[in-house]
Parts: sequence; structure tokens; C-alpha cells
Amino acid sequence: MNMIQFLGALELGLLYGVITIAVYLTFRVINFPDLTVDGSFPLGAAVASALIVKGVDPVFATLAAILAGCIAGFVTGYLHVRWKILGLLAGILTMTALYSINLRIMGKPNIALLMEPTLFQGSNTVLPALATIAIVLIVLLTIFLGSQFGLALRSTGINPRVCPAYGINVGVMTIIGLCLSNGLVAFAGALFAQVHGFADISMGTGTLIVGLAAVIVGETLFHSYRIWLILISCVLGSILYYLVIALALNTNFAGLQSSDLKLVTSVLVVVALLFPQFRQKILSKYRGIS
Amino acid sequence: MIRINKISVIFGRGTPLEHSVFQDFTLQIQTGEFVTVIGGNGAGKSTLMNVISGDVRVERGQIWLDEKEVTTLRPHERSALISRVFQDPLLGSFSDLTIEENLSLAYSRGETRNLRPALNKKLRDKYRTILAEIGINLENRLQDKMGLLSGGQRQAVSLLMATLQPAKILLLDEHTAALDPKMEQVVLELTQKLILEHQLTVLMITHSMNQALAYGNRTLVMHQGQVVKDLQGEARTALQASELIPFF
Repeated sequence: MNMIQFLGALELGLLYGVITIAVYLTFRVINFPDLTVDGSFPLGAAVASALIVKGVDPVFATLAAILAGCIAGFVTGYLHVRWKILGLLAGILTMTALYSINLRIMGKPNIALLMEPTLFQGSNTVLPALATIAIVLIVLLTIFLGSQFGLALRSTGINPRVCPAYGINVGVMTIIGLCLSNGLVAFAGALFAQVHGFADISMGTGTLIVGLAAVIVGETLFHSYRIWLILISCVLGSILYYLVIALALNTNFAGLQSSDLKLVTSVLVVVALLFPQFRQKILSKYRGIS
Repeated sequence: MIRINKISVIFGRGTPLEHSVFQDFTLQIQTGEFVTVIGGNGAGKSTLMNVISGDVRVERGQIWLDEKEVTTLRPHERSALISRVFQDPLLGSFSDLTIEENLSLAYSRGETRNLRPALNKKLRDKYRTILAEIGINLENRLQDKMGLLSGGQRQAVSLLMATLQPAKILLLDEHTAALDPKMEQVVLELTQKLILEHQLTVLMITHSMNQALAYGNRTLVMHQGQVVKDLQGEARTALQASELIPFF
């Protein structure tokens, strides 16, 4: 792996760190397996690119993308909370619908942003800018999740049955959590489009699994209970994930090629999921002997 | 005063399993009364509690907490007026949150939750003081996860959580049933102490006839959705626990 590949992996890792944090918000904080992500990531990219091409300022285009993501999250939440559609299914429904919506927004399967103005001036500002965004996000979310409101949000993922007794409306909290999470995912989509210079209709496939992989990698390697540490471990998990992928695909390791990316991702998630169980087994065996 | 006025509760309406729990059930609880409720399985004790908390909707009748009618309010909408301790220590609090976070959540009951920090030095000091007062060595474990505590400790903290904010009524749903005898005694004494201290109106379900008579100042014996015995004053003091057996 050379320097360019290393920096590329770092860049992708930081970018997907935003998605990892968003996935952490749904899968862990409000305990909702949200699959909208695969649709809201290209949605963010589509909205931002379509607006930038039309001449809208990149800042406003990015804000519009975040808002679009929030709306997508709201739809999933509303379907689940108001009409009692199974959470997984509600996410899949929104994600599927978003495929068509994204095509409508872009008007074609992909948009190039190469000659357009973006949030990033020059390619060497990308990495520091992404790092700053990640740090600001971690600080803001740490404050938010530690607030009275944030605590109520976290409580719904831990014990939804008791929440009403403390005046917490679980349905409203679920919807707010989903809005927030998908807003972040769309934000990452908008950033991705501006960093890489394009938006593509199929760019969302597997986004969720990457985010989930990074959450699990982060949790496995740095298990902590403090919110700010968990958020940092999300981003570190994401960076580590992309470094491992880059390493696996670039060193001719076991004959892997770039089309094996999704396979490697899934295997990585399975390994990360099984790891704690194996560790337990090995530990108990060890204790049995001694 | 809690007024339950001619309520009807039917489960599984329109199905072959339709089952009427209450028909024109009426009950009044005076402010400051500590009512213990006893009765066999299916007597309607838990349903009575769930009707007050809003977890079960009534088909007819009204429920008043003082001057406020709460009949149609959902559980989280009436939570400002009602505090509860649940039977299962694992289900009554938030095991993945710390003790101080649990207390903070309860401290915001009935108030608008905003973006101010849920915890600060002042609140921590307050929580440490009230934990020290109950004397089960939790005052230095504010940042331990609730899930690390024993069942009895969790119920004790749940009681604190229920009494951090004022309520028109405290509902205790067999909150000592899952504890060992020693811890049961500790939690019951803490219950008694907190009730006296905050002068609470209480409805306590229990399975123990001794507890039903030893605690509180009024005992209801329920059977098939009706109060078959309403014991107060001297009649109650004179009664032996064994005399309640025929009502089961």
C-alpha cells in the first residue's frame, strides 16, 4: 500500500465515520435496525449534486441534502410508529422508494461535479476538512446525548416499556432518532459527492453494512461506556475498516480483487460479530484448565 | 383525591376470548391514604393499576386525579401526575444507564426535557445525598451501570426515582415480590419512610396478606373485578391475616 492509497483509505474512513455515527444512533442508541441508510446516502449525494449543478451555493446544497435525509428518516419512522409496520420493512420500503426518487432528483443515473464549485477548495484541503467535520460532529453529539433530551432518547433504546412512566414518548423519540441519523447519512452522501466529484444512483448499495461493520469493529477494539469514546471509536472503526480493505485489495492478498469488496465487507462483519463469542469460549476454556 | 367512576374494562372485545374485567367499577382514594390491595390471580389488581397509569384504556367511566380528568390521556401524557415502581427490578429501570442517569431521567418526569446537560455537580451532590440517606452503600457508585446492582438495590433506587418529583399517586405493583426476604424488608421499610416523608397517596398491590395489613391505612380485598372487602380503621387493625384467606 503506497501513500496515496493510505490517504485515500483515511479519507474514505473519515467520510464513512459520519455514516458510522449515524448507524450507531439507530442500531445502538434507539435500538432500531434502520435500512433507510442505503437510500438516504445516494439521496444526499443526489440532492447536493443536482443543486450544485443548477448553480446553488455548495453550503446550501449540502444543507438541503441534510434536510432531505431527515425527511427520509421521518418517513421510515412514521411508517413504523404510526402504522406499526415492522422497523426493518419500513426502512426497506423507504429505501426502495428512494431509488426512484433519487433518479427523479438527478434526472439521470449519475451527475459529474468535476468542474463545479464544492465545499472543498483543492484536493489537499479535503483531509483536514473531513477531520474537522468529524471532530465537530463528535463534540456536538456528545453534548446532545448528554443532555436531558439526549438521555431520554437513549432511554428509549434501553427500556421502551418503562419510558412512558417517566413521560417519554417512545414513538416521537424513535422518529427524531431516525431523522437525525438519516440527516447525517445524507450529509455524508453530499460530502462524498463533493469529494469524489460525482453522484451515482447505485452508490448506496452496502452503505449500511459498511457502517455497521465500522460500529462493530470500533466496539470490539475499544469497548467503552462513555459516549464521546464510543463516538470516537465509531470513526476509528471506520478508518480501520477502510485501511484493512485497502490492504486486502492492494497487496494481492489471497488473490483478492476490487470486485470482491462487498464479499470482504460481509465476511468482516460476520467475523466481528462472532469475535466476542469466540473470545468468551477461549477465555472459559482457559479458566477451566487453570 | 383519586376518583375512579363507574369504569368498564373489557379485554379482547369482539373476539371469542372477550373477557370483562371491570363493570361499573367505582373507587375513591383520599389524598394521603396508603391503600394496600390484595386478591387472587385475575382479581383485577394489576388492571386497576394499569387503568390509573393509562396502560389500559377504559370503555366507559372516568378517572380523575384531583380536579384533572385523565381518562383519555396516554401513559406518557399523565406521567407528570403518577409515579410507579414495577414488579420486575430488571424492567423498572434502565440497566445500560448509570445510577445518576437513571435518577436524572426520573428527575425530569413531568418537566420539559431540553438540551441542558442532564447532569451537573449540583445534581450529583443531590443524588449522592439521597442515596446516602437510604443507607445501602450506593452513594459512591453514581457512575455504575444500573444493571450491576442487585434486585433489591435496583428496587431501592427505583423507589427514589419514583419520589424525586411530586405525584398525585404512587403505584407500587408488588415491588418486593422478586426480592429475598431480607432485601424485601429493607425495601418495604424504605417505602414506608419515603411515603411518610413525602406524604404520598399510595396504591400498593401485594401478594402477602401480612404486608397488606401491616402497611398503609386501608386494605382492599379484590375478587373478580370487585372490591369484596374495604377495610379501614379499627375493623382493619383488629383483623388477623389468616382471616383474609376465605376471600381468595
